[in-house]
Amino acid sequence: MLTLFWTDALFLLLLAMLGALIWQTRSHEHLRRPWRKVARSRSAMISAVILIAYLLIAVLDSIHFLPRDGEGGAQFKTEPASVLDWCLMPLRTRVEKTYSAPLATQGYARETLREADGGTRWDYPRLKHGGAHLKDPERAWLGDVLRTGFKGAAGGFGLGAMFGLGAVALIARMRGLPFSLVGGEVLSGQSEIPWRAMLGTVIALCVVGGVLGELALKYHVFGTDKVGEDVLYQALKSIRTGILIGTLTTFVTLPLSLLLGILAGYFRGWVDDVIQYVYTTLNSIPGVLLIAAVILLTQVYMAKHEEEFASLALRADLRLLFLCLILGITSWTGLCRLLRAETLKLREMEYVQAAQALGVRQGTILLRHILPNVFHIVLISVALDFSSLVLAEAVLSYVNIGVDPTTDSWGNMINSARLEMAREPPVWWSLTAAFAFMFALVLAANLFADAVRDAFDPRRAD
Amino acid sequence: MTAYLIRRALYALPLLLGVNVLTFVLFFVVNSPDDMARMHLGQKHVTQEAIAKWKHERGYDLPQLWNGEAEGVGKLTETIFYQKSVGLFLFRFGRSDSGRDIGADIAQRAWPSLAFAVPALIFGLLVHIILAVGLVFFRLTYLEFWGVAACVALLSISSLFYIIGGQYLLGKLLLLVPISGYDGGWNAVKFLILPVLISVVAGIGPGVRWYRTLFLEEVERDYVRTARAKGLSETRVLFTHVLRNALIPILTGVVVILPALFIGSLITESFFAIPGLGSYTIDAIGQQDFAIVRAMVFLGSALYILGLVLTDISYTLADPRVRLN
Repeated sequence: MLTLFWTDALFLLLLAMLGALIWQTRSHEHLRRPWRKVARSRSAMISAVILIAYLLIAVLDSIHFLPRDGEGGAQFKTEPASVLDWCLMPLRTRVEKTYSAPLATQGYARETLREADGGTRWDYPRLKHGGAHLKDPERAWLGDVLRTGFKGAAGGFGLGAMFGLGAVALIARMRGLPFSLVGGEVLSGQSEIPWRAMLGTVIALCVVGGVLGELALKYHVFGTDKVGEDVLYQALKSIRTGILIGTLTTFVTLPLSLLLGILAGYFRGWVDDVIQYVYTTLNSIPGVLLIAAVILLTQVYMAKHEEEFASLALRADLRLLFLCLILGITSWTGLCRLLRAETLKLREMEYVQAAQALGVRQGTILLRHILPNVFHIVLISVALDFSSLVLAEAVLSYVNIGVDPTTDSWGNMINSARLEMAREPPVWWSLTAAFAFMFALVLAANLFADAVRDAFDPRRAD
Repeated sequence: MTAYLIRRALYALPLLLGVNVLTFVLFFVVNSPDDMARMHLGQKHVTQEAIAKWKHERGYDLPQLWNGEAEGVGKLTETIFYQKSVGLFLFRFGRSDSGRDIGADIAQRAWPSLAFAVPALIFGLLVHIILAVGLVFFRLTYLEFWGVAACVALLSISSLFYIIGGQYLLGKLLLLVPISGYDGGWNAVKFLILPVLISVVAGIGPGVRWYRTLFLEEVERDYVRTARAKGLSETRVLFTHVLRNALIPILTGVVVILPALFIGSLITESFFAIPGLGSYTIDAIGQQDFAIVRAMVFLGSALYILGLVLTDISYTLADPRVRLN
């Protein structure tokens, strides 16, 4: 039974809007031109492939349903699971007792073990699931890890290569050229769009995914956390949180900054004064404190209306939504100021004055003449803000004003890693996993945003 | 200049009033003091008397905006808004929900905050500007390409990793500096080295990239070409001509950093256990002490507005062409 959370619904709506925007862009040559410049940039296209991979995982994790309870029963469980949960069932269910290192077959700390002959021994216990298939882990471990990893890599490579061949065939068909010609062009890296780099990235992602996937079936690739949960699973689940915070915030920032920025710039006078006053006031409050205040208030509200938030997941989801909301409220002012300045410039342009002289209604001028011409600023700003929002989530979670502690997020992983690093020997894997996943996403987002800015900013046009 | 300053100060008043009303609405209207009391005293097993007592001790039992029972001016002053919000304008912060004197706490905790924030800002500026000038000096070479690439990579790393990594590497593995803590007087230096160093390193990515863009914009100007045509060396052109003229956007940049520095030190201070205002606020958030959070919101906004005025003044100092009127 499908049950969508609020954030799920909004995220899917956002993706649908993005799809509509792409469709709109496809049919207009002047809108396509800057994107073609983005498409020619190698770093941007590699980043785009990585971003799409993250986005796919986030989408899979945003379609929730109530799983059936037990075998073929008609009863549903109370806590919803996502499609990703269902795909990662083996990772989710294989829970250890406590910490274990990546790919380990034994626990992190010694404990008293009961021998078969009744005596006790002080040693590292075997893990329940990690490498449980090995009879003699000390000798067979390395070989098994390498063999499994290689199997995964080969499978991933095969899959990626097949995808690549399919893509080349598709390009050849669309351009009406023979397969061998397009294939040669792509392989030699001479195509206009850097297909070779993109397909190479797809293959690399498939190989990494294959290795992780094969190993994850037998071991805990990134180890386990304090309560024995698989860290890889947490890191994958965190993708949704990160992406949602980076994207859902636009639901607040865009309407506010577009409406107020354009109004202030176009009408000037007292409208401008009032709007400027509002954003300077909001701007002067330190963002973290405003967020803290609102999150505290949300907690008070939830504590008061406990019966409405019966499900733990529902509470966590609402807190995530509120966080996006308040992050939006603290971050719309920058874009609003840019839009105001641009509109001030545009309203003096001849075509706007001509429209005014012809008696076009104010609303129509704003919608048809001003809005399309400030849109590149919106696009650049959204792209640039995405990565900083993902980073902000981690910092806020550290101060306990981020997402709910039960939500999987990189911030929560790092937060717990603080104490883990102080242990002896240090538990470094949670931190490393969060670092790797976050770094890849933020770096890709930054590179892509840079390319978008270069393509859309008229001052940077060659 | 004086007239300008007075006008700016007057302009700051409605801003602060706005901040004040906003925090008042957030803390007293959206959530009643009853909710706050329940939050502190527990949700379930709490009597109405206990709530009333909690509110009375903290002065939250007054009417919000208008006290009909009081006499004369008391109708306005015997209210939560006057007692809790207007007092902030005179920097009378009152008592925290746990009964501490917030004003005294702030006065005492401002020093460790400054001891960290000021060196962090100065060293950060120095290092980032020097690196950025270096990148501009080697422009159109591989050094620049990889330098910029490194900046993008560095800015894609969360500040938390810098802190945890730095603490682990320098504090725990190499044992060069204490991991966290603080001490009065000159002993504080030993504790401040690591946080300052980490904040400078963490800022390299965004800082160097930003200054580099500023310098690149200046480098293409006509006066720079003239300076080169006169036969001045590239070093001389960069350090005397370009740097001097890029100072104006840098000043704006510093003011952009100032409030962010407050936020940054929020995290850093509590990580390194520096008993400054940042960790004070974090503790208050953790203990859900609304009075302290309210005071810090007001103080933060006041400092930000002060920063805006100071930038304007610094413009006239850095650029004789700018006149304030």
